[in-house]
Amino acid sequence: MMLEHVLVLSAYLFFTDIYGLITSRNMVRALMCLELILNAVNINFVTFYDLFDSRQLEGNIFSIFAIVIVAAEASIGSAIVSLIYRKKKSTCINQSTFLTK
Amino acid sequence: MILSVLSSLVLVSGLMVVRAKNPVHSVLFPILVFCDTSGLLLLLGLDFSAMIFPVVHIGAIAVSFLFVVMMFHIQIAEIHEEVLRYLPVSGIIGLIFWWEMFFILDNETIPLLPTQRNTTSLRYTVYAVKVRSWTNLETLGNLLYTYYFVWFLVPSLILLVAMIGAIVLTMHRTTHGAVKRQDVFRRNAISFRRTIMRRTTDPITR
Repeated sequence: MMLEHVLVLSAYLFFTDIYGLITSRNMVRALMCLELILNAVNINFVTFYDLFDSRQLEGNIFSIFAIVIVAAEASIGSAIVSLIYRKKKSTCINQSTFLTK
Repeated sequence: MILSVLSSLVLVSGLMVVRAKNPVHSVLFPILVFCDTSGLLLLLGLDFSAMIFPVVHIGAIAVSFLFVVMMFHIQIAEIHEEVLRYLPVSGIIGLIFWWEMFFILDNETIPLLPTQRNTTSLRYTVYAVKVRSWTNLETLGNLLYTYYFVWFLVPSLILLVAMIGAIVLTMHRTTHGAVKRQDVFRRNAISFRRTIMRRTTDPITR
């Protein structure tokens, strides 16, 4: 009962945020949806770790590394977004269509 | 009951991230998602992960995104004319995953769904606590610092690189004089005897 709830929840979050990532015209919203995608994956890992016998596959440990990657790409993504904003003064994703503009 | 309350908050907040007009709202709603995720992890019995999630996700990541959002002048109303353009493709992918979900879900949990007729649901084993029960932190530390210590050291290097990269990327090149740098040779030429003096002071008059 608990397993199915949490799995369906993580799947719903995953696909809603993939949809948000693809169809967002704002860079910050796209980055935030990316964080939520990785959060849904973390919930999935941790649920399977908790409710099944996992002597080899430690989902909780892997979710720590996933959190580390989330933090790293959040910082680098924010830096890149702020650089692009500094150059072009807008955070629209569609704005740069040429490589050298 | 708590599970359904938290889950429904997660569902609503996850949708509102995508559909919020104001970009500041689309940074505030994931904070709600992270809070509810931490509550869900508490219900699963993972205390360490449930405490780490707010600290890392809300305290570091969401705060940094709030800084980014607050710094920029972002137009509030986005034009939603292209929202349905990607809906067929993403809908098909979502339906495929949803179809795969029915291999796991069972007739016992939701009686009206057309799942397989096998009535044995997933049984998970709860090992009885024999003599001493390990906390979540102990089980993590038992593996992470002994057998998988390389996995532990490599993410620390990743975080170091991310930190340095964020600083290097956003350093202004035009204001070169404003950024304080260190002169390595001057730093090496400082000697102890010339910088620190010893002076006896009278404790009453001074």
